[in-house]
Amino acid sequence: MSYRRRKLPKLKPGEITVDKHDSNEKTIFGFWVYLMTDLLMFAALFATYAVLRSNTFGGPAQRDIFNGLLVLAETIILLTSSFTTGLGMLALARQDKNKVVMWFGTTFILGLSFLVLEISEFWHLIVEGNSFQRSAFLSSFFTLVGTHGLHIVFGLVWMIILLIRVNSRGLTPGNIRKLTSLSLFWHFLDIVWIFIFTIVYLLGAAR
Amino acid sequence: MKNFKALISYVVGFILSLLLTIAAYLFAVKHLLVGSGLIFTIVTMAIIQLYVQLIFFLHLGQGLGAKSKLWVFLFTVLAIAVVVGGSLWIMSNLNYNMTPQDVNNYLMEQNGGF
Repeated sequence: MSYRRRKLPKLKPGEITVDKHDSNEKTIFGFWVYLMTDLLMFAALFATYAVLRSNTFGGPAQRDIFNGLLVLAETIILLTSSFTTGLGMLALARQDKNKVVMWFGTTFILGLSFLVLEISEFWHLIVEGNSFQRSAFLSSFFTLVGTHGLHIVFGLVWMIILLIRVNSRGLTPGNIRKLTSLSLFWHFLDIVWIFIFTIVYLLGAAR
Repeated sequence: MKNFKALISYVVGFILSLLLTIAAYLFAVKHLLVGSGLIFTIVTMAIIQLYVQLIFFLHLGQGLGAKSKLWVFLFTVLAIAVVVGGSLWIMSNLNYNMTPQDVNNYLMEQNGGF
């Protein structure tokens, strides 16, 4: 759905027409299918982690590197950012451009704080000699949590570019569609994090 | 009015998720339960939170095209069950089926198992 005016092709009688709304629905559905395939990739990484979890090769296990408050802070920050995305979508439904920029801007700042906490967690592990090269457990840990972090990075880059576009061009149909996809992406990342929080951190600490 | 309903949906989802997160954290860190009871409780809370966020944040099963989204999701859940469950099942049996006992003992001593 381009915001520019364009000539529509002449249709023969009986040919199917695609209106704006229908095309939007298709894009969102396609994006949903992409998210589900991404979920499958995370499932494979979770399976790898579950299989290699106890292969610590004399190095630390999850309970030895567990920093409870840091992980709880990361979780609550990401959950709040998922909530502010929702508030941004409500502002989008009201066509309130300033509120959209405000809520997605809040989401961006929360996402960035999450990323900073995660990088500091990784940095401490690497400095202490517990990098991904230390053991099979740490390799699978860094791969699973790092892949999620990489998704957060892409989400943040996408968000900042989109915010600049919304600011300069307003809530065009194209921007509305992209904001909707982005909000799905962000809720999805929070759901993946629930399982990282539970399976990697909490169950690791409980054992 | 429709907007107000949606706002309530996000607020309820947020509060429920927050409560579930903190409860699961306290169960694990304060060791309120032990062994399989603890594992069962924490995993159940994660699954409840998945459900809460799917309904209140992602609005799964509502709006246009909801049915096809739901089917794709359910198929993905099936595929995940096969990938994760199958991997764990095969890998946990591989030790007992494939490795001679003395090698297994050696590995257990060296790095705590396969």
